[in-house]
Amino acid sequence: MDSVSEFFAMGGYAPYIWPAYLIAAGILVALLGLSLRDLKRNENTLKTLRAERRGGAIEEAES
Amino acid sequence: MHRFANPNQFLRIANPLLPWVAWLAVLSIGAGLYLGLFQAPPDYQQGETVRIMYVHVPAAWMALFCYASMAIASAMALIWRHPLGFLIAKASAPVGACFTVICLATGSLWGKPMWGTWWEWDARMTSVLILFFLYVGYMALVDAFDDATRGQRAASILALVGAVNLPIIKFSVEWWNTLHQPASVIRLDGPTIHSSMLWPLLLMIIGFTAFYLAILVVRTRSEIAAAKIRNIRLGQVHG
Repeated sequence: MDSVSEFFAMGGYAPYIWPAYLIAAGILVALLGLSLRDLKRNENTLKTLRAERRGGAIEEAES
Repeated sequence: MHRFANPNQFLRIANPLLPWVAWLAVLSIGAGLYLGLFQAPPDYQQGETVRIMYVHVPAAWMALFCYASMAIASAMALIWRHPLGFLIAKASAPVGACFTVICLATGSLWGKPMWGTWWEWDARMTSVLILFFLYVGYMALVDAFDDATRGQRAASILALVGAVNLPIIKFSVEWWNTLHQPASVIRLDGPTIHSSMLWPLLLMIIGFTAFYLAILVVRTRSEIAAAKIRNIRLGQVHG
């Protein structure tokens, strides 16, 4: 148990080392999440637009 | 070259690569963190704070690497008029900006205990801060016009002009008497850093590079879809 708390204490530099790792992890995870969200949104919009366009073309042909 | 510049051709090559680079990123970063946090020794001068290096240095490398990719993609797009280059550059910018913020934040957290200051206006830190503003300027400019191609051209020129900052950042620690320490990995006489510290550093650099490539594929795909959406909407307005 002592070695665990010793590890987290980082020789007294814990207040500098852990925030550095957490900031990096937070920013990279957020970037990944936002990039995937944008991709999903754009691909869904594109699919809807294409379906609408196909639907419109069929209507025009029928009328 | 022209074959790869076709967006659909790009997707055919990039999509199968995505899971590979994603796994490479996860495994390299995992191994790098394990070696860096558990196996690497504390530094004889800097103690445990040297572990900040395993995030700080790879983030700094990526800040430069993403900008270089952005400038090269912009140059190819301007010269050969291939829209794909613009999309790759646009997809790189936010990734590079994020790595620059990580570099500045972790550098600050490292500077406080070792130098006694969060920030110093020395050549290395100031030139990296300018790099961050170049990323922000690029991102603002690329979306600032109603006509997407005008924004892309203007932002690409900014990216190319800003590339002059890259050698300034790299050599700032040699040209000026900076508080920041000089290079210890990429040197003419070989690395001066011990292998127990070099390995976690290299693994983190590989991991961050793979992470960038994975995000680049995702964001470029997203940009290609956005461009197709714009075209369909323009067609609806004019048709």
